[in-house]
Amino acid sequence: MPTAELTNPAALPADWRDILALTKPRVMSLVVFTGLCGLLVAPVQLPLVLGFTAILCIALAAGSCGALNQWYEADIDAKMRRTANRPLPAGRMDRQAALHFGVGLGFFSVLLMGLATNWLAALMLAASILFYVLIYTVWLKPRTAQNIVIGGAAGAFPPLIGWVAATGHLAALPLLLFAIIFLWTPPHFWALSLFVRSDYAAAGIPMLPVVAGIKNTRRQILLYSLPMAAAAVAPWPLGLTGPIYGASAIVLSGVFLVLATRVAGNRASEPAQMAPEKHLFAYSVFYLFALFAILVADRWLAW
Amino acid sequence: MVKPEDEVLRRQRDRARILAWLLGAFVVLLFFITIAKTGMNW
Repeated sequence: MPTAELTNPAALPADWRDILALTKPRVMSLVVFTGLCGLLVAPVQLPLVLGFTAILCIALAAGSCGALNQWYEADIDAKMRRTANRPLPAGRMDRQAALHFGVGLGFFSVLLMGLATNWLAALMLAASILFYVLIYTVWLKPRTAQNIVIGGAAGAFPPLIGWVAATGHLAALPLLLFAIIFLWTPPHFWALSLFVRSDYAAAGIPMLPVVAGIKNTRRQILLYSLPMAAAAVAPWPLGLTGPIYGASAIVLSGVFLVLATRVAGNRASEPAQMAPEKHLFAYSVFYLFALFAILVADRWLAW
Repeated sequence: MVKPEDEVLRRQRDRARILAWLLGAFVVLLFFITIAKTGMNW
């Protein structure tokens, strides 16, 4: 191999840590957790190995989405401080290799899901990958400020897939879980995009704070938090969960609304003064974890 | 300083080792999936 080629890090075989980073492991943890909760609250108990495989497939599909997203957005990532050190923009990995890895991982996850559980779950897994990559990453994200609103559906699939992997069919509770994550995504991402909006502006991504302004984004955060809280509490009055979940959902969602109200009332425009936005962003991650964990606990205590 | 040739070899060795473990784990997983599905009589 010529030495000149070796001086280019992308010409080297990618380090396994960079391949792992391509799958966005931190994002994957939330996806895996919500998928696991969908599986655990289903009324059908899968054999342990099949349940494990279903969750593995959801994780692999999320990894595929992460890799394909980074492959497509390598140029945009290079312009943002938050993402400039990712393997592709930093030049530590060949772009074509990332594409092959992402596509291969996606196919593998769908095939394994179909073989291990059922083909409806596999079909939904394939749909979630295609939705995230084609509808969100390629189509919506660079074009509209509503990218997160519609694109949020991609992240809402895992509990639905977990449930279908166990039961083979859809039901009201997993659809409500889908709705919770779908409505949670805009306030979660807009809170983040408020204090990193200069990054998005530099990369030319039309995130809501860049296009519609800070004040409007803060109002939208509060507006989306209301139906999100309603969807979070809804399983209880509908008789799909017990009072433990109901009371917890009311408290957790109440805190979410208080924090969203503080964001709506904030007038600061400098990221350093955006403590309410940072608090809401951090709490939103805890909120989703806590809500789903309590849902599982509630269902298991009821059985 | 690490020579580029050594770095290529190290990375190839690391990746081959990880791939071998993953393939082994996959074979074991397929075995248990087959047992589980046979037990469920699907």
